Amino acid sequence: MFKIVEARDAGLNIRQFVIEAPRVARRQRPGQFVILRVKENGERIPLTIKAADPAAGTITIVVQAAGKTTTLLNCLEAGDSILDVVGPLGHPSEIRKYGTAAIVAGSVGTAMALPTAKALKDADNHVIFIEGARSREMVVFEDEVRGASHEAHIMTDDGSYGEQGLVTRKLGDLVAGGRKLDFVLAVGPVPMMRAVAQMTAPLGIKTMVSLNSIMVDGTGMCGGCRVLLGNQSKFACVDGPEFDASLVNFDVLMQRNAMYRGQECSSMKQFEEHKQEELKELRAAVETKEKESARLRAKLEAAELGRREKHCA
Amino acid sequence: MPEHEAHSVLLPLRLKDRMMIPRVPMPELSACARARNFEEVNLGLDARGAVSEATRCIACASPGCQVECPVGVKIKEIVALIQAGEFLAAAAKMREDNALPAITGRVCPQESQCEGGCVLGMKGQPVAVGNLERFIADFERASGKLGLPLIAAPTGKSVAIVGSGPAGLSAASDLIQKGHRVRVFEALHELGGVLVYGIPEFRLPKSIVKEEVDNLRRMGVEFETNVVVGKSVTLDELMRVEGYDAIFVATGAGLPVFLGVPGEHLNGVYSANEFLTRTNLMRAYKFPEFDQPIYDCRDRDVIVVGGGNTALDAVRTARRLGARTATLVYRRSEAEMPARAEEVKHAREEGIEFRMLTNPVEFAGDEEGWLTGARCVRMELGEPDASGRRRPVAIAGSEYFLPADVAIIGVGTSANPMIQSTTADLATNKWNYIVADAETMRTSKRGVFAGGDIVTGGATVILAMGAGRKAASSIHDYLACGEWKRELDAGS
Repeated sequence: MFKIVEARDAGLNIRQFVIEAPRVARRQRPGQFVILRVKENGERIPLTIKAADPAAGTITIVVQAAGKTTTLLNCLEAGDSILDVVGPLGHPSEIRKYGTAAIVAGSVGTAMALPTAKALKDADNHVIFIEGARSREMVVFEDEVRGASHEAHIMTDDGSYGEQGLVTRKLGDLVAGGRKLDFVLAVGPVPMMRAVAQMTAPLGIKTMVSLNSIMVDGTGMCGGCRVLLGNQSKFACVDGPEFDASLVNFDVLMQRNAMYRGQECSSMKQFEEHKQEELKELRAAVETKEKESARLRAKLEAAELGRREKHCA
Repeated sequence: MPEHEAHSVLLPLRLKDRMMIPRVPMPELSACARARNFEEVNLGLDARGAVSEATRCIACASPGCQVECPVGVKIKEIVALIQAGEFLAAAAKMREDNALPAITGRVCPQESQCEGGCVLGMKGQPVAVGNLERFIADFERASGKLGLPLIAAPTGKSVAIVGSGPAGLSAASDLIQKGHRVRVFEALHELGGVLVYGIPEFRLPKSIVKEEVDNLRRMGVEFETNVVVGKSVTLDELMRVEGYDAIFVATGAGLPVFLGVPGEHLNGVYSANEFLTRTNLMRAYKFPEFDQPIYDCRDRDVIVVGGGNTALDAVRTARRLGARTATLVYRRSEAEMPARAEEVKHAREEGIEFRMLTNPVEFAGDEEGWLTGARCVRMELGEPDASGRRRPVAIAGSEYFLPADVAIIGVGTSANPMIQSTTADLATNKWNYIVADAETMRTSKRGVFAGGDIVTGGATVILAMGAGRKAASSIHDYLACGEWKRELDAGS
């Protein structure tokens, strides 16, 4: 059981949670992720860690409601618990002094890119953060983006906030304007990451992308998250999640990410109809489980005590 | 006093006559019923059947059955107790050496172990040791009178066990009995390792694994799920920060091996690990009641590549998920298949098609990236290779197309590098398996022992349990004397 200590809206359908997960908090590095399972019959989903507080034993994650599990997760409040949280998984971002580093992030990808941006800034890079969103209400963590960078550019598709246009347009403008970029990290929807990769490859700029392939265990055991890098197969969970953008086969990634779309949709539809019941069930299950484990703990302690007394006698 | 009315009335029979009693067949679900559900195939012997089967044992002076048992179960004594109807006593005797009898009774390759060593097998059929083992374990569980072993006085020492699979659980059982504090760390959310994510419900019901884990809990073993040792915590932190005196690494060989042929990224191509994890651990066969999806096998053609137990588990799972055809594709012939004999028999009965001496060389797909089939080549057997089996050689010009909607690769596994990569002073071999002494299970790192598939590569449940027992005994010696003697050469 992993208690939610804080929950708040961060944007349209986007929520930020602070969760008690002391082991993860102690070991987390920028770029790593957790796998979580909300309830007993639930699936396992990967989510990037936005921040960790080792002293408090908490981690921060940001969730955009997209399917059943993320929608259910986003119904939870402070005081609720998440059944399973495991991590930190994956390799951390490679932090070194590149020179000028551009972070290109789309919507909720901003949350994932923030810790890496901060670390790059701390490592004396000049950090340019380009955040893109569909519209004003999906622009998230603007203050933190500004804090983690030397220059921040907010782009919206509809021009309702910041500048109108795609993140790649801004990236292109910077390059065309004579800015020398030494490193680019792109985190967000696959088409966006592909567009960034296509732009920076001919320029020879070292570019990394954080891949969001479908995972089950997150420990290298199933191979479901495999991605094609050149003609080599890599597992996003243990070899990634960040890879050299120039090698990634984005077509295969998109095709694999669409593998369960039918089931995802039917699951979501069913969930929409029974949302409140499911939420109620989840909370009841958590309560039972907590009571059960308390009972078990008490029983074990009593048995242990009994054993000790017997041995002392 | 027999605990059950069904004790042997046949004992006055002479040895020769007892040998004439036919082996009691294992009752099972009918093939057509079970090919559409996930219920356990074998139903188990009843008391009368078990006694009758036990009576076939002629109590050899030097029992061949015991020689071949990796955990050294005292089979002869146990069979004698079953003959006498003393089922609970038999179960307690079993538990002295085997922490998971309900499990091994179901999944051990008995034909190459205990039953392979049975003298009756030379002329007829061996005593069904596996079925008897399963019977007493199930009888004990149903009786509610568990013969838990005695626990020694606390030693004040604590041991961390990494992995809750068969090696970890059996080591935990032995170590807790010696009075040490034992905590088992598991990466997944459920305990049991390969017993829950790998072996399907129809071969090993999850409730039985849970029961065996609960027995260890009752004995005082602590469990912590959701800890990936190497990521969530390192071996050094376990010893220095969390104060463990010794660690047993039993993480298994969990990384799937792919064929490395073109088209393996197509949608519909799975590793057997993923296909089985989705169905077993995540209960995808109960979608949408459970959220984890799996490729819809209904009315589809499924091929599974491989010849071991994992491949057979996958192909029989696909059948149960409603596959129109479920075909096992293996590059050698049936004689070389490493799978358990009973699984091969069951698979045939369930309508699994066996396409032997066949090897996929490429997967083909449609323009949207969905699998349409495999280009296969026919093989013939040549000279024996390093494994002693005849090497399969491709027949030139024999390529043909095998249509399929789902292809599952079950050709083996390799070492998960997570602990090795965060523990500099832990020696590994060139395949990244941990190097450990074959007798003491000591690694190159002081206080750290390793055993099971992470040392040997993919093997069986019972061999992993044997390694767990050896490690437990060696850990106990180390904790008692505090000396670290190492006989192996690092990196050898």
